[in-house]
Amino acid sequence: MYGFEAMTFNIHGGYLEAIVRGHRSGLLTAADYNNLCQCETLDDIKMHLSATEYGPYLQNEPSPLHTTTIVEKCTLKLVDEYKHMLCQATEPLSTFLQYITYGHMIDNVVLIVTGTLHERDVQELLEKCHPLGMFDSIATLAVAQNMRELYRLVLVDTPLAPYFSECITSEDLDDMNIEIMRNTLYKAYLEDFYQFCQKLGGATAEIMSDLLAFEADRRAVNITINSIGTELTREDRRKLYSSFGLLYPYGHEELAVCEDIDQVRGVMEKYPAYQHIFGKLSYGESQMLDKAFYEEEVKRLCLSFEQQFHYGVFFAYMRLREQEIRNLMWISECVAQNQKSRVHDSVVFIF
Amino acid sequence: MSGAIVIGASSSWARALVKISPYTFSAIGIAISIGVSVLGAAWGIYITGSSLIGAAIKAPRITSKNLISVIFCEAVAIYGVIVAIILQTKLESVPSSQIYEPESLRAGYAIFASGIIVGFANLVCGLCVGIIGSSCALSDAQNSSLFVKILVIEIFGSALGLFGVIVGIIMSAQATWPSKV
Repeated sequence: MYGFEAMTFNIHGGYLEAIVRGHRSGLLTAADYNNLCQCETLDDIKMHLSATEYGPYLQNEPSPLHTTTIVEKCTLKLVDEYKHMLCQATEPLSTFLQYITYGHMIDNVVLIVTGTLHERDVQELLEKCHPLGMFDSIATLAVAQNMRELYRLVLVDTPLAPYFSECITSEDLDDMNIEIMRNTLYKAYLEDFYQFCQKLGGATAEIMSDLLAFEADRRAVNITINSIGTELTREDRRKLYSSFGLLYPYGHEELAVCEDIDQVRGVMEKYPAYQHIFGKLSYGESQMLDKAFYEEEVKRLCLSFEQQFHYGVFFAYMRLREQEIRNLMWISECVAQNQKSRVHDSVVFIF
Repeated sequence: MSGAIVIGASSSWARALVKISPYTFSAIGIAISIGVSVLGAAWGIYITGSSLIGAAIKAPRITSKNLISVIFCEAVAIYGVIVAIILQTKLESVPSSQIYEPESLRAGYAIFASGIIVGFANLVCGLCVGIIGSSCALSDAQNSSLFVKILVIEIFGSALGLFGVIVGIIMSAQATWPSKV
């Protein structure tokens, strides 16, 4: 019953919710980011980060550091925290936590398949995969030639199996098809996750619906913008949009026929929730759109912490950590390439 | 019996109810007063305790102060015990000819009602204090200036149990059994 979660949530979820809120207090603040933005070298960054919670993970790294090492160690911290929570969780929280990683699994699958297509070494690709999305038979993906084999050999045993029903074709894998496959899988995953949250009910359903709807809408806009000028037909484009969210169904109808960014803007400005995002961009500019979307996402994720006794805090924490790792990667790259003036182009402050 | 004159024209259900011994009602009342109060206290303690333990991992300083929330929940159980002890001193034996007198019935019902009042008031009070205690622990872990402010809310919450105890004790003062003739 919505409103009475407080009476029974803490039986199974109280301890883990308190832990995740403790982790949240360790996210880097604006003051930390200001310090990091003023660093001259990667060693300075390492020194500043050793004062934060990333200390134990970076202190044994030898200089000279690479940006990939920093990102890898920070991701390792996220993975450790996630695994600790997952092993303490009971149903349905454990299923919920696993759902959060399916997006990374999809990204890993696409990474390996694309890399194989371009004749890269499997070991090298495996090292680039996101650790949260690893599963046992992932190396076998390099063997598959088309999607039916991909499914039959590898994916039927993974949690991604139910998402494949819409995209099994006998066509060979090429770049275009792989992108379509990625988006179709992600669409199925988002819808499945949404249904799961609706079944959980209560505050979790309400908060997760909002976060997932924003995700679905953002993906719809990105798909539209990325497919302007490509061979993707309108029908195909429409098939990639999720069947929930603020834009469903009328926004999707309008987005499917958009041919340039200004038309997309025209469609999105009809929705008050997205109007202010698009209002920040001047006409014809789309580079800042990513950052505007990230800022909006971070704002909504932080708001989910305002309520207690629901699972949305776990999802929000994972996403905020990922945003922080993206920020650190951008700052490290800017410092390493001596482009510190561009640092603030893409860093989204969380607090 | 004079009892039969009082209930002469009522339905068979009413007649059946007044034939239940007042001691049954009293005993159930005493059981509810202690049992349901302890249920409320235990519920509140586990709600607070699980959040407190998790939050104390990142912020160990909160443990000693936030035990106050647990103490408030415990107080709820103590109210239940006190009222149960008071109620059981109100039980007197009356001769079997007078068990179903209106006076006896009134005494029995008074103890029953007192038990229910105290039990359920403490149940919701324990729940209330427990939930606030959980939020208090989590907020204190993030920002230590919030602790005292949320404690004030908890104090108001624990006053609810006290209201129940007061009314219960007033109610139990009505429990005067007929004097032996």
